[in-house]
Formats: sequence, structure tokens, C-alpha cells
Amino acid sequence: MNVLSQAWGWLTTSANWSGSDGIPTRFLQHYEYSAEAVLIGALIAFPLGLLTGHVKRGGLLVTSLANVARALPTLGLVVLLVVVMGVKFRAVMIPLVALTVPPILLNTYEGVRNVDPQLTDAAKGMGLRPWQVLWRAEVPAALPLILTGFQFAAVNAVANTAIAAYSSFGGLGRFVIDGLATTDYGMVAGGAFLIVIAAILNLVIFAVLRKLLISPGLRQKKPTT
Amino acid sequence: MISFVQVGKTYPDGTVAVAATDLTADSGRITVLVGPSGSGKTTLLRMVNRMIEPTSGEILIDGVDVRSKSAPELRRGIGYVIQNAGLFPHRTVLANVMTVPRLLGWSKDKARERAMELLTTVGLEESHAKRYPFQLSGGQQQRVGVARALAADPPVLLMDEPFSAVDPVVRKDLQTELLRLQSELSKTILFVTHDIDEAIQLGDKVAVLNTGGVLEQFDTPTELLANPKNEFVESFLGLDRGVRRLSFFSSTGVPLRPEPVVARDAPAAEVLARRGAQPWLLVVDDGHKPLGWLTAEQVPADGDLTKVAVGELVSYGHTFGAATDSLRAALDSAILSPSSRAVGVAEDGRVVGVASVEELVPAIRAAQSASVPDTGHGDRGEPGDRVEPGDRNDREDRDDNPDTV
Repeated sequence: MNVLSQAWGWLTTSANWSGSDGIPTRFLQHYEYSAEAVLIGALIAFPLGLLTGHVKRGGLLVTSLANVARALPTLGLVVLLVVVMGVKFRAVMIPLVALTVPPILLNTYEGVRNVDPQLTDAAKGMGLRPWQVLWRAEVPAALPLILTGFQFAAVNAVANTAIAAYSSFGGLGRFVIDGLATTDYGMVAGGAFLIVIAAILNLVIFAVLRKLLISPGLRQKKPTT
Repeated sequence: MISFVQVGKTYPDGTVAVAATDLTADSGRITVLVGPSGSGKTTLLRMVNRMIEPTSGEILIDGVDVRSKSAPELRRGIGYVIQNAGLFPHRTVLANVMTVPRLLGWSKDKARERAMELLTTVGLEESHAKRYPFQLSGGQQQRVGVARALAADPPVLLMDEPFSAVDPVVRKDLQTELLRLQSELSKTILFVTHDIDEAIQLGDKVAVLNTGGVLEQFDTPTELLANPKNEFVESFLGLDRGVRRLSFFSSTGVPLRPEPVVARDAPAAEVLARRGAQPWLLVVDDGHKPLGWLTAEQVPADGDLTKVAVGELVSYGHTFGAATDSLRAALDSAILSPSSRAVGVAEDGRVVGVASVEELVPAIRAAQSASVPDTGHGDRGEPGDRVEPGDRNDREDRDDNPDTV
């Protein structure tokens, strides 16, 4: 009860909502870091997933890569990289990217690979070029699965961006780390609460993306007749 | 015209899918490739639009080698219909049909107009245009598949087992529909099936292929039924090829006798007079439509047929259209009824006359010895009398879309 009321007190203190270390700034930073991690992860994983899924080869490579990335201990890696590289933003970004690669890679690969072969056969047979088959048939048909991969990646990133604060960078983790250092538990709990809010907001964003990007033709599975 | 010149396909492991084959599919005709699994029929078809490249020989469309254009360009000029239609699930029916015209650079409006027109052509309604494939039945999806293949009005249509995934009733409809379309459009159609009945019903010419891609016989359906070249073709045609061949002969020559036909409310004297001469009387209603058969013994002594309930009459099975239906329909009508008599009707359903099995046989012999069967597609096969082989479910269903976790 005590900590909760402390957290409430911290959250409702107007001074905490302004300035370069205020809640809105940290919130935006948090999203910036996460988005950057997802973007870099996508640049690596999405093309690789599309390629392997389209040619239906390289499954072993894809799963091995994803498993290695998943097996990395995020916090340990941050510490190690900071020791090796010094306090650099890259030291934070690499472990975060490692979290976003596996879901994007696996879901894109599986999604594209498992598109109904009759669909790709028909598309090819109608005169679509390989590139058109990929973008006009395979990607749209696999989009539900691909978006789910991106959503997992974003959830991972948002939840783990707190580690950035370990190596003196910003984001909502700042409140947790600084709160612990100064035994301000109101700040710790308030920061944790904000991270949860960030994760929920993330879900809302993906629900909207789904609605916008996925064709109504794919939302339902069962024929009506 | 599609010409296969010494076309063969051997895989790197030495498997021969197609042995050097010469075959010509005439312009404006349906050429059917039929054979068991592993007979290379689909391989032959897919070599025409270069989905598979032959390892020897060449394929010409109207004298031009299919390799003279890039594969995608070639394919845009050839209609392609496959088993489960392969529609884009994320696109509406209309957008699916617009695919090839759009690839060819037509304007959106022109492509849409053409697509709407085609939906009607293949028997769909305008309200289907905005739907997505999952909202259609298998038969409707296949109609969309045909419309999509016809969109850019290609002269050549490749159909790879297009109707084998739908149920027999729908298949029958689609087959009839295809023949109707073909009579309007006159495309050069290459059609692959494993179903010999389908081959015979649809094909102007039928190529029977054997395992290993060997062309055993290439003939018109009626020639195939009458003179199978070897044991393989004969056994592939089945044990009813004689009867089936009768589909190609008109029933014009069947002697239909009006004497055994009597109205239910006919005067007693007439009824008794007719009974004397006939073992069976066909009772008709006041519109001269058949009600059922009556044996001579069943006729009431006073000749009043209204005393006999309609339910007591012996079934006449089905009728056949005198002169419009085939000899096969006439024969079937006769053997279906316990009276062994076929009932011939005019187009308005009025009974023209009846013929017994014994009377049919001379007509059949005469037709066969004249041996110039109807080559038109007008009256092939009868909807009710086809035996469906039990090998239709040999392909797995493909409903299993990848789920979204």
C-alpha cells in the first residue's frame, strides 16, 4: 500500500512531468529506442525472411540464427558490450536488436513459405514476375503472420528498453534505476507502471495496424457457404 | 493451334515424365489429356506456358515457339485455370479477375468493365464482385478462376484438373457451363483430367497417356470408344464403353409406337381394345404426360382406368427427348423401367410414343453401322446415369491457411 501511494504521489507531482528528465520526455525516448531497435531488426530480418520464405530454402539458417539471437542474455550482453566498447549507444542497441530479429525473421519466413502453393502457382501462371509474386501474392497473404512477428518484436523491445538506463541512457528505465539508487520507491514503482502503459499502448498501435493493413479477405477463415 | 513436336521431359535423376511426344491441339477445339497419375499429362500442359521447361523438342503456338518470348509475357497471353482456382485471398473477386488486364497495362476502368462483363459470362452475379474468395463456394471460386483466365481474352486456355476438387453435382454444372462458353468463345483449350468420363464429355479430341508419359492414343471420343488401340486404352475406358459411345448417336432412329399409350380418362372401349394388343399400357394424364405403366392384367375388366390409383402404376423411370436426346438416354430409359420400355417425349413433355429394349436394338445397330456420330457437344452423357469412380478424394484439402499464432 505504501509503495503504491508513493508511486501515486510521484506520478501526480507536476514537477515530474516537465523538463529534460520529465515523464513525457522519457516516454518519448523509450519509444524512440524501441522503434529504432525494431527498425534495425526489421532491416536485417525482414529481407532475409522474405528471401528464404520465397525460395523455400534456408530454413535451418533462419531457425539457427533466431535461436542464437534468442539465447543471448540481454542484460549480460549490455554489461559486456559496455565493458568492451565503452558507454556507447550501440552497446545498448545491439542486445535490443537481437531481441527483435527472431520473431520478425521466423514469422516472415514461415508466413511466406506456407502461402498456399496453388496461389503462387496461379500467380506465376498468370504472368506475374517473381518480384510481383512476392509482393502481390505472398506478402499480402502472409501479412497476418508477418505483423504478428513485428508485434512480438515491438513488445520485446518496449519491455527491454529499460536496460538502456543501465548504461546511462534515457528512457523509462531511468526512473527505475535512479529510483533504486536513491531508494525512492515511489519513482521505481511509478517508472515500472509507465513501462506497462508503454507496452499496452504498443498493443493498441498494432491493433490499429492490423485493421489498416490486413485485407478483410484474410480476417476470416471459414467459408460462409 | 498448339503443336508439341517431339516434346520430352526427363528429370536429372533419370525419371521420364514425358517421352518424346507429338501432339496437335486444334484451334477453337477442346483437346483433353487424360491418364493415370504419373502419365505426364500435367507436365505436358505446364510446358505450354513454360511453368516447366521440356528437356527435348519444342512447343509451338500458331507456329511460334513458346520460348520466343519471356515466360511472364508468354503467360499473360495464355489463360490458366488450376484445380482449386488459386484465387488471391486478399483481393475481391473483381480485383482477382482484373489481374491480367492490369498486368497488361489496361486502365482501371476498362479492366473493371471487362471483369464485370466476365462475371456474368461465367454465371456469377454482380453482387459477387465485391466479395472475397473465402465467401464463395468451391464451384463459385472455380467460376471466378475461369473468368480470371478469360479476362484478357487469350486465344489459348490451359485447364489443369479444374473441376476435380468440387463435388459431382457442381462438377456436372461446371462441365456443361464450359461447353456452353466454348460454343460462344471457341478458344483453343488444353484440358487435363484423370477422369475418362470428363475427357469423353468435354473433348473434341482426347489424348490417352500412360505411365511414363507415353501417348497411347489420340482420337475423337467416339473413335476412342469404338476402336481402342491397345489393352491399356481399353481398360482405361472401362467396361461400359459400348454403352457410353451411344451418347454420341441421336435417338432419331428409334421407332416410337403410340399404340400402347392410353389416357387415364379414355373411353372404356378404347382401353379394352388397346389392352388386347399390348402386354403393357402407358397411362398418361389429360396433358398427355406419362403417369406410369400398367400390365394388361391390371386393367380393370370394365376398362375404367380412373379406378386404378396413380400410386399403383409401375414407374417409368425417366423419359428421353425423342430425337433430341442420345441413344444412350433412350436405352437407359428402357432398362430403368420394369416394363423394359423407353418413353419418348416431345419438348413440351407430351408422350410421343414408347419403344421396348428389343425395338431399340435394331435402331442401335443401324446407327452404329452408319457410324457417323454426332460430333457436337449437344447431348453427351446424361445427368443422372453416370457412375462416379471412387478416386476423387485423392488430393488433400487445402483449407489449412497458416494461422496468425
